[in-house]
Amino acid sequence: MRLPTFVTNYLLRHLQTMLFSLGQLWRQPFASLMTVTVIGIALALPAGLYVLLQNVNNISDQWDNASQITLFLQQDLSQKQAKELSKKLQKWPDIAQLDYQTADQSLIEFRQLSGLGNLLDTLPDNPLPAIIIVYPADENLRPDAIGSLLARLEELPQVEQVQLDMEWLQRLRSINKTIQRGITILGLLLSLSVLLVIGNTIRLAILNRQSEIRVMKLVGATDRFIRRPFLYTGFWYGILGGLFAWFTLLFTLGLLTGPIHELIGHYGSDFNLQWFTAYMLMTLPMIGALLGISGAWLAVGRHIHMIEPD
Amino acid sequence: MIRFTDVYKRYPNRYEALSGLSFHLEKGEMAFLTGHSGAGKSTLLKLIALIERSTHGQVLINNQNLTRFPIRKIPYYRRQIGLVFQDHNLLHDRTVFDNVALPLVIAGENHREIGRRVRASLDKVGLLGKERNLPIALSGGEQQRVGIARAVVNRPTILLADEPTGNLDPDLSRDIMELFEQFNQVGTTVFIATHDLDLIQTMPYRQVILHQGRIAPQVPT
Repeated sequence: MRLPTFVTNYLLRHLQTMLFSLGQLWRQPFASLMTVTVIGIALALPAGLYVLLQNVNNISDQWDNASQITLFLQQDLSQKQAKELSKKLQKWPDIAQLDYQTADQSLIEFRQLSGLGNLLDTLPDNPLPAIIIVYPADENLRPDAIGSLLARLEELPQVEQVQLDMEWLQRLRSINKTIQRGITILGLLLSLSVLLVIGNTIRLAILNRQSEIRVMKLVGATDRFIRRPFLYTGFWYGILGGLFAWFTLLFTLGLLTGPIHELIGHYGSDFNLQWFTAYMLMTLPMIGALLGISGAWLAVGRHIHMIEPD
Repeated sequence: MIRFTDVYKRYPNRYEALSGLSFHLEKGEMAFLTGHSGAGKSTLLKLIALIERSTHGQVLINNQNLTRFPIRKIPYYRRQIGLVFQDHNLLHDRTVFDNVALPLVIAGENHREIGRRVRASLDKVGLLGKERNLPIALSGGEQQRVGIARAVVNRPTILLADEPTGNLDPDLSRDIMELFEQFNQVGTTVFIATHDLDLIQTMPYRQVILHQGRIAPQVPT
């Protein structure tokens, strides 16, 4: 299907303006590069932090697998009964492994960890119960699966109390959340600065072309026509800044790879750092372009209207 | 085509550039606007181009009342008027072709039509071979011709010129005036502000003479 002539004309004019704006940036390489660099750094910083945070989240998701359930057994349960329970649980498909710990073992452990040995000696009986530590099977680690496992364990008559040892994980999660919010705020502030940098650059460009704008108005140019190349300039600044940010990110994270792998090596994890390369390559220039156009819009709205032939 | 009725123009500093000016220019007429510096010639042209607005009175151009003309329609109004300036007002980072094409690009003409009309316009002012040059590479007279080519390229009904020969020697000035005559002969209303009295005395056109913001009753000596 062929487009109507006025549509092709319109698109052609936009394409021309777009290339014209790019050409203008090209003709002042130094000034343009400086602006692009500022935008790039401002975008790279929150993006880089975001990548690191996502990786930390991934690690903590892996640690989810390490979550364990402690069963506190009834005080009056004999060792034999407890062992029978262990054997029974061993057959459950959603349990990978379990460790049985007698009340005496619990007491020894507590004595070591708490340093309350003397106090414990004054007690007539061992107040601590025997416990079974349950490691859930890997494939059953979705929250609802864990929930159902917990429910079934709680129903066991031999069990006094069931505890999911996830507190430390929850703590890590809330630290993560705090950092995430911090990064979001940082990202918003830096986006605002990108907006203002581009706005100011465009404002200067408009002031530089004042006489040209006057001439264009004299031969019948609408504000919209005059505005267009400046908006495209903002668009290019944004896109190029986004690409610059992407390269900066790739380079910086590349430098970090070595130390991070060393660090992770110490923990014996098979974890791999993810760059989100493709995702960032899409997102950064897009966010840049959006900020660029908005920033340019802020500048052109006021200034082009004010410049009138005299 | 151009009708002023009791027009006043007072600037914020209380200077009165036009005081009760009335005159009328027929469609297809060619006329000169003369008077000493500060008589209000530029102000009068600015009122026609809607660069300024009158403080009082009525300006009618091509049956459009400019007194309360909406701002957003001004660009479209200006496309009916060709403007020629003393200092050309060319864009110096664009070629002759692009300068002349500007009004057509602004009006959204298509590519082929732009090429055709720009070349026709440059041909008329005798600059067809210079379309790839930058204005800076041309002489003063040639630059003025580029300005004229740009003013007529979208076939305006009115051609206004403010001291178009101000910086040119007599021979070149005569050439430029003859160019305006040619456009007048094909029906364009031409109105030229000038103080090149020697030149216009030799030409058979009406003179609108301003004196202190009014039409002078006769040629002042």
